[in-house]
Amino acid sequence: MPVSAQKTERLLNLVIALLSTRQFLSKDQIRRAVPQYAECATDEAFDRMFERDKDELRDMGIPLQTGGNDAWFDDEVGYRVDRADYAVPEVRFEPDELAVLGLASRVWAQASLAAPANRALLKLKADGIEPDSSSLVGIEPRVRTSEPAFEPVYAAVRDRRAITFPYRRSGAKEAAVRRLEPWGIVSRHGRWYVVGHDQDRDATRVFRLSRMAGTVTPVGPPGAVVVPEGVDFRGEVATLVPYRPTSEAVLHVRVGTGVMLRRWATAAGPAGDGWDELTVPFSDAEMLGEQVAGFGPDVRVVSPAEVRDAVVRRLEGVLASAAPPGSGSAA
Amino acid sequence: MSPGATDRLSRLLAMVPYLAGRQGIPLTEAAAEFGITERQLVKDLELLFVCGTPGHMPDDLIEAEWDDGHVYLGNVDAIARPLRLAVDEALALLVGLRALADVPGLHDRGALDRTLAKLEAAAGDAATPSSQVSVEVADRVGPLAEVRQALVDGRRLHLTYFVPTRDETTERDVDPMRVLMVDGRWYLEGWCRRAEEVRLFRLDRVEAVTVLDVAAEVPAAASTRDLREGLFRPSPEDTVVTLELDPPAHWVADYYPVESVDRMPDDRLLVRIRAADGRWLRTLALRLGGAARVLDPPGLAADVQRRAREALGAYVRT
Repeated sequence: MPVSAQKTERLLNLVIALLSTRQFLSKDQIRRAVPQYAECATDEAFDRMFERDKDELRDMGIPLQTGGNDAWFDDEVGYRVDRADYAVPEVRFEPDELAVLGLASRVWAQASLAAPANRALLKLKADGIEPDSSSLVGIEPRVRTSEPAFEPVYAAVRDRRAITFPYRRSGAKEAAVRRLEPWGIVSRHGRWYVVGHDQDRDATRVFRLSRMAGTVTPVGPPGAVVVPEGVDFRGEVATLVPYRPTSEAVLHVRVGTGVMLRRWATAAGPAGDGWDELTVPFSDAEMLGEQVAGFGPDVRVVSPAEVRDAVVRRLEGVLASAAPPGSGSAA
Repeated sequence: MSPGATDRLSRLLAMVPYLAGRQGIPLTEAAAEFGITERQLVKDLELLFVCGTPGHMPDDLIEAEWDDGHVYLGNVDAIARPLRLAVDEALALLVGLRALADVPGLHDRGALDRTLAKLEAAAGDAATPSSQVSVEVADRVGPLAEVRQALVDGRRLHLTYFVPTRDETTERDVDPMRVLMVDGRWYLEGWCRRAEEVRLFRLDRVEAVTVLDVAAEVPAAASTRDLREGLFRPSPEDTVVTLELDPPAHWVADYYPVESVDRMPDDRLLVRIRAADGRWLRTLALRLGGAARVLDPPGLAADVQRRAREALGAYVRT
């Protein structure tokens, strides 16, 4: 049998022994009760093994209690697991509620929390009640966690632990090391962001996980990060992409093209000669200029000048970039 | 250290109550529920079979039978109830439920609220960290409410749908199969009667929708796609385009599904993008304004140059 199977068997026997007793069991009693401990050649070997096993059970969330049975055993520590404390509270989920839980667990399909989600669902279905999905329609939100930084950042948020990571800002050449006390993570428009206190800037900052350019390292002890009351993680992330149109552009668009711009337009009419005139609201001239440049000769900016300049700069950039390095400007 | 041992123990402690509550469950079904192979399930049962209460005499051991392909468990009193939810487990379900609760018009709100309240009670302290993780689903929903109603009533939809890669609006009838949210966007998956294929439609690109007074008829052979492969399936007719990206255009590599990314000197990225229609890549190259160059195919590169020159001409004249 492989070593890990032997260990699983030993831990399971230990859990059963500790759950089967009302009395605290002394270490000697435990050593006799679990066959794999009884086989230990020396006291030291048993002690080492038992100490490690205890820690691992606690890490799994098994509430191991220590104590003594009565005054006679004052100096002897005993162990047990209280069944009421161990088990999921007796909450009965109805069949339609289990179906909703199933849908909630599938939100994480193929993401790193898929396995815990499924295990939780199976625990809650243990009573033998089967879900009734008849009231669900086929609506399935899914979230993915494809960013390599997800696991370590998630663990740090959960454990309230500071992190440090190399971060590449949009358009920056080099990644810079950042230090963050993470408060929460948010999936928005399919990307994960972490919100927290940036220790270097001494301010609240949002970081996109896909721009973390290397290992995310936890710093300091778990539990050290204090999440301020009432912080709105989603609001912090949403301020990254504000969109409130503040100006209007007038564009000439060739008939039969620029459908996307027509969808945005607040007014449209013929401009003659196979062209239409559109009024398009915008908040950022560079962003609108980028979209307009994409349409090439099918769209012309009439006004304002800042949008026209943004388009011209891009189109000139395209022509300049075609020149092979060192050959001067394009013809 | 063997993290495998505690993972497996967690599985066993969840498995025993589940199986004990479903005596005679087929091995195949139980294995599927736990996401393991039947062989692994049998190994788990073999392990349970040698464990038990102190004394470890035959009467003390867990009874497990699976000879006829159905699982029976006995003598499991000590671990008959599942271990309380771990933080990750509680968080995964709570965050999922809260995301569902945010879907506009999704459900019988009552069932969802009852489920959330019960889950919070069942999770106890393990529920606390779930407030630090949030999945947004309520944004850019398009006509989700109408599409959902058609799905519930089994009715055909007429869509006016914008296809940005071709910069055109199309009209088509679609028999809805399901609605998905993937990577922050909502999609209708359905049988498109124009294409006679299962197609995905982004709801934020639906310009108009009419629920028709016709029952949806999805052919029996039509199947929804397996999302593990991602939403988009490559086709042999796709054009593969090679782009060189300067730092201001690096976002393209995270934003679009790219086939490969290679780092080049001077902090440039070389990406290969697959597209059913090369026109949107021409548009993309123009938008990026010189921060990206089309290296291949050469015809596309020349087309981008020609369009940029022609477009600039309009401004030089004025």
